[in-house]
Amino acid sequence: MGFWRNQLAGPTDPSRDAAWDDPEPRKGFFTDTSICIGCKACEVACKEWNAIPQDGELNLLGSSYDNTGSLGASTWRHVAFIEQTSDRIEQARESGSRLVQLGMPSVGAPAPASAAVGATSGAAPAPALAGVNLSDPDFAAAQATAARELGSVPDFRWLMDSDVCKHCTHAACLDVCPTGALFRTEFGTVVVQDDVCNGCGYCVAACPFGVIERRDGDETVKNAGIAQKCTLCYDRIGHDQTPACAQACPTTSIKFGDLADMQSQAQERVDTLHSNGFPEARVYGGNQHDGVGGTGSVFLLLDEPEVYGLPPDPRVTTADLPDMFRKAGFAAAAMLAMAVAAFVGGRK
Amino acid sequence: MVPDIEFDSYYGRQVVKPAPWTSDIPAYIFLGGLAAGSGLLGAGASARNLPTLRRNTRYAALAAVAAGGLALVRDLGKPSRALNMMRTVKVTSPMSVGSWILTAFAAFAGLGVASEVGRHVVDDDSALGRVRRVADPVASVGSALFAAPLAAYTAVLLADTATPSWHESYRELPFVFVGSANAAAAGLALVTAPTSETGPARKLAVAGAALELAALEQMERTMGELVAEPLHVGRAGVLLKVSKALTVTGALGAALFGRNRAAAAVSGVALMAGSACTRFGIFEAGLESAKDPRYTVTPQRERLEGRRAQGVTHDSITTSRQ
Repeated sequence: MGFWRNQLAGPTDPSRDAAWDDPEPRKGFFTDTSICIGCKACEVACKEWNAIPQDGELNLLGSSYDNTGSLGASTWRHVAFIEQTSDRIEQARESGSRLVQLGMPSVGAPAPASAAVGATSGAAPAPALAGVNLSDPDFAAAQATAARELGSVPDFRWLMDSDVCKHCTHAACLDVCPTGALFRTEFGTVVVQDDVCNGCGYCVAACPFGVIERRDGDETVKNAGIAQKCTLCYDRIGHDQTPACAQACPTTSIKFGDLADMQSQAQERVDTLHSNGFPEARVYGGNQHDGVGGTGSVFLLLDEPEVYGLPPDPRVTTADLPDMFRKAGFAAAAMLAMAVAAFVGGRK
Repeated sequence: MVPDIEFDSYYGRQVVKPAPWTSDIPAYIFLGGLAAGSGLLGAGASARNLPTLRRNTRYAALAAVAAGGLALVRDLGKPSRALNMMRTVKVTSPMSVGSWILTAFAAFAGLGVASEVGRHVVDDDSALGRVRRVADPVASVGSALFAAPLAAYTAVLLADTATPSWHESYRELPFVFVGSANAAAAGLALVTAPTSETGPARKLAVAGAALELAALEQMERTMGELVAEPLHVGRAGVLLKVSKALTVTGALGAALFGRNRAAAAVSGVALMAGSACTRFGIFEAGLESAKDPRYTVTPQRERLEGRRAQGVTHDSITTSRQ
């Protein structure tokens, strides 16, 4: 019975469940939105490396600097831009403080101080900035302390978040795929095999984060008609390379490494931001007790998830699948019984 | 007490993506139900020796399942890879399970039609005729066994998604679909078979319509006001209203005037049209529920706040400091 436990929900090791005898440590992203500058280098690097075609018509969407719209078949990294005024910032601080008061648990075990930073394979250490004040944590802390003590909230802030596939522990896209085109890698990530997918589109409707999508286009478009999404650069990480987006990120907002490291780094960063007077900071993803068994992509957010277009309490649809089949079984029995009843008794 | 949910969406954009499916999919769900019900009627007619009903429902089952299968292939992003559906068996994928159910049903439906054709072209006492006489009941039993799963799995297919109005309907949707399937198939039998043989079809029409309507009513209650809302507004709302009117009309017509050939045929058409409207309505409502972030975010926030109000905080995707 050991194997069947938590196959559809709850904490588990997805690589071992997928029958990798000797899996690699689970890999993931930590996207720290508090240091994202919205340069979209991640979007561009992802497109370059993965040879992704243009995503629809060129368009100005009227949503701050976001003219990409959302994650999709031809957008595997998407930078969201949110403009907020002081009342909205105060609300974010309140909701963040409330999380602390609720005693929201942190993700993973507290990391040993030495292992937490710098243990990331592939991620280069942050380059020292030339500017004096910007790189001076004491200056930043003093600024934050002043803001907190004065009770001042900025008039305006600009949130930026580079969104990406969550590489869920319980990946609905993978579970509902009828062809086996989606598979679990030895790194615990979820990847589409372009040459197997027949474009049924089931994964699109199943993803609780709205990530995977079927690519539109005629036969001149690469992989048209096939479901596409982030592979966590499966072709790079197998050769000890950093995924293109993380490699290109100039501020180390996107970090790549062992998922356990990503979780502890996210945790440390939230702690730091809280102590610097930013109670709105919170971790999104990576909690193995959440509705998808934990994500492989961890984010540091500065407001509620739905503000960034992320679901606040996603639950993998297949968690209910046994119950769905049970109900369908009863219904099928009812259908059969109705037919039997119609034919027994008189012919009239 | 859970506070009222207000939230900022990301420029009003959808959180989950709607299925990239066209009207081929609800058409298939209707045709699959029609085929399944016809398969059951064919098996029953065979057992009760109603030859015209048996023959016509068998033809109907094969025609509907074939047309449905073609609709499915047409809806694929890569129709040339349709056979990839058969490269694995995955119990976690209702589409994989359904593909095998569909294949098995189609095989028995084909056998049933082959037997019907064989009646006219093969002498019963010849070797081939003896094979036909063995194959005939096998076709009946096989069709009957796979009919109900064929009609019911499509509900799981829709429900096993992140589409709010489909997923939240999973408790009752299979009952809506099997009721609708029986009503549609009985309706087609009322059109194609003489009244002397359609007694069982009339009963099945009434029972199927009653189950469909009752299950739909219950479904809207369990889904909750917000997630059921897409069933009442827009094109889906119109389709489901029309569906109810047609289904009630068809069932009453079949019950009261079903012994009149013309009235039976009209009732039968109404039942089929009602079933089709049900499938298209539920399909449409789901797509709409995926496009509006309200239907995704509000129920999630409600259940999250509900758990927090009970002191349950360990299972949230959003976490804070130690």
